[in-house]
Amino acid sequence: MNYQLGEPIKDTKAPEGPIEDRWEKRKFSARLVNPANKRKINVIVVGTGLAGGSAAATLGELGYKVKSFCYQDSPRRAHSIAAQGGINAAKNYRGDGDSIYRLFYDTVKGGDFRARESNVYRLAQVSVNIIDQAVAQGVPFAREYGGLLDTRSFGGAQVSRTFYARGQTGQQLLLGAYSALERQIAAGTVEMHTRHEMLELIVSDGRARGVVVRDMVTGEVETHLADAVVLATGGYGNVFFLSTNAKGCNTTAIWRAHQKGAVFANPCYTQIHPTCIPVSGEYQSKLTLMSESLRNDGRVWVPVKGGDTRPAAEIPEDERDYYLERIYPAFGNLVPRDIASRAAKNVCDEGRGVGPGGLGVYLDFADAIARLGRDAVEKKYGNLFEMYERITGEDPYTQPMRIYPAVHYTMGGLWVDYDLQSSIPGLFVIGEANFSDHGANRLGASALMQGLADGYFVLPTTIGDYLADAHKFDAIDDQQVAEAEIAVKNRIEKLLSVNGTRTADSFHRELGKLMWDYCGMERTEEGLRKALERIPELRAEFWRDVKVSGVNEELNQALERAGRVADFFDLAELMCLDALHRTESCGGHFRAESQDADGEALRDDEHFAYVAAWESTPDGPVLHKEDLEYEYVKMTQRSYK
Amino acid sequence: MNLTLKVWRQSGPDDDGRLVRYQIEDVSPDMSFLEMLDVLNERLILAGDDPIAFDHDCREGICGMCSMMIDGVAHGPQKNTTTCQLHMRHYNDGDTIVIEPWRARPFPVVKDLVVDRSAFDRIIQAGGFISVPAGSAPDAHATPVPKLDADSAFDAATCIGCGACVAACPNGSASLFTAAKITHLGLLPQGQPERGSRARAMVEQMDEEGFGGCTNTGECTAVCPKGIPLDTIARMNADYLRASRKSG
Repeated sequence: MNYQLGEPIKDTKAPEGPIEDRWEKRKFSARLVNPANKRKINVIVVGTGLAGGSAAATLGELGYKVKSFCYQDSPRRAHSIAAQGGINAAKNYRGDGDSIYRLFYDTVKGGDFRARESNVYRLAQVSVNIIDQAVAQGVPFAREYGGLLDTRSFGGAQVSRTFYARGQTGQQLLLGAYSALERQIAAGTVEMHTRHEMLELIVSDGRARGVVVRDMVTGEVETHLADAVVLATGGYGNVFFLSTNAKGCNTTAIWRAHQKGAVFANPCYTQIHPTCIPVSGEYQSKLTLMSESLRNDGRVWVPVKGGDTRPAAEIPEDERDYYLERIYPAFGNLVPRDIASRAAKNVCDEGRGVGPGGLGVYLDFADAIARLGRDAVEKKYGNLFEMYERITGEDPYTQPMRIYPAVHYTMGGLWVDYDLQSSIPGLFVIGEANFSDHGANRLGASALMQGLADGYFVLPTTIGDYLADAHKFDAIDDQQVAEAEIAVKNRIEKLLSVNGTRTADSFHRELGKLMWDYCGMERTEEGLRKALERIPELRAEFWRDVKVSGVNEELNQALERAGRVADFFDLAELMCLDALHRTESCGGHFRAESQDADGEALRDDEHFAYVAAWESTPDGPVLHKEDLEYEYVKMTQRSYK
Repeated sequence: MNLTLKVWRQSGPDDDGRLVRYQIEDVSPDMSFLEMLDVLNERLILAGDDPIAFDHDCREGICGMCSMMIDGVAHGPQKNTTTCQLHMRHYNDGDTIVIEPWRARPFPVVKDLVVDRSAFDRIIQAGGFISVPAGSAPDAHATPVPKLDADSAFDAATCIGCGACVAACPNGSASLFTAAKITHLGLLPQGQPERGSRARAMVEQMDEEGFGGCTNTGECTAVCPKGIPLDTIARMNADYLRASRKSG
């Protein structure tokens, strides 16, 4: 697969001036919409996770006419709900030296200098408002006996800035956003469409003006028009088939938008989470994450010698290798996710892995239980330990957990400017679906922060500036609408008519394995070229041989799945192309060819300090580069040693 | 192990529905219950048959989407566990397992094991929130909350809205679901201004949806995957009565 070089992206619309004033400036320069006019302006929000749920609720509160869509049976079920660990905010309630600037600094550095300074600074600024908002909504964060909020330090941070609600922070924050959304539904400002899946974006006169969706119960293909469209449809980790994402998570909404002209940024930046429960068999349908907050008290180790099959308890202390503490004495078990993941892969590649297939490392709580007592450990991590025992049948209080890295989050996504607007005017992208704030690697507890920052605070301001012109928009082109609808119907018809011999899931598994092997934790030119050769073949087989039973006019889960898998093929190809072109290692993207003598990732700032923004054209992908400049945080090679 | 499944098949709300028998071989004890159904569905699709429709999403016990009556018990035999977190190591070779959807009038069957739980969303719409528009909140530390209250509120707030409580209740009552939200918000200082109106509106919506009344059977809390305690219902009743008396 070849690509062409297009025009660089020069303007991201971030205001000039001192970084701490930029968001304030933008808030003031963004035009306002008269309250009487807001009632006449329609906004579509697709997805009801932290970003989409909070955005739809907030836009409703502001008085816009909102339509919200989700594929689940209720907006409360979006996968943000599964986030366990916590949410960062620069409150400095502990007085331990935290500040907005430090959160900004940590995020830019943690992102391996591949995120925009202006966006990240704003994220850190807004973080403090999120906690206030959530507490006012009744989110039951953990508290101290004095009644004030408790915090903890979390993956890669040396200050205690992570607010949490036991191991269910995502659930509690999402239920907060969901309750705000339901309040607006009751108030009549938001019209909710559950069990609806977006299958096409409608672009008219160069602007995003609506979506085509399928009613997943009746199969009816519906068109919804609006003045702006907001995509909050999450990440695309399920391209790997096995990931910590929910089964329904997919790329279709953002991929359709990409096909309609929205530029896709940094598709190869995927985050592999170091602490997941290892695969148990061929039938495995998803992977389960164990919050990395466990790394605060758990110690990661493998046997010193390979092929050591003794039970953990029988391996004496001096025959254990606490490799993270050994290699990274300053950060120990709290090194960032990409480093912890790759270190686990390395020790398993050396044959020192534990458990079935040797694909696992120990996460041991024996010391923590001895130090703090079983009760204290249970209070902190009880629900996680129960979850582990339910899945594996093993008791982590008496034997160490086995963990292995798994795909967890995708930093790449649709390109957006400072206003969170994509390259299609009127198409805004928020939360994990966009590429914006995490660079090449996201820090722990920052996903919840970004989703809510976008939805509660950033988008509702910036979208107003765009909608201030809504009265000047041209009438929607009927032909564009009809074409979008026909495209959706044809696609459904095509999937149902192949009538081959393999299920969509079996293709998805094969694609996922290919991506894990060649575009996973470690990437090489050779492997990526292999993948780029194999993906088109597999896609052709899919369209020749997939079997989808049933008809469109019913609840048809086989059809839903087949449509999503079809889009994953195309995305997988772009991911591999992006990974191949970026010959440096950075954050979640590790190219074996680019490492130092110690095996650490080697960035190439001279050639790759840019956002790779891919445009889809009839002649193939076109790469637009957006150069990244660092005025405040000096670019250094990360070192956690 | 080899198992016999009897699965409720119903093509749509107007179909009568029936139990259909399936044999399934080589089930691994490490499989989840839903993975076993995935394997069966792959077979059905290849045979050109309709796969068994069931709701599921996160498969880690938190989204509340999965919803199966397994051998007459909501979410199956393991306590504090959703269907998706139930693993086959709890079954033996040769077992027969009966799988049905949630059954309650306010939860009409959509297809097979999928039911419509939108009544729950409407109960929340009636008052399951604190009215606080984005941007208007005071500093989070402005109001300390005693830890015990915060912890009890959290216990109630862990409800995943799956509907097992309704399915298990002989009266088809949604009291545990409704009470969990009323308790969560009613225990926090932030929830006080709307405490009475919230309890009234949510209870009335629950009745309007056609859910039955509570007779303290306790089946709800026994099957609740998050172990929401029964005393939340007492609190709901107290709040409801107090609010009703005040406004007459």
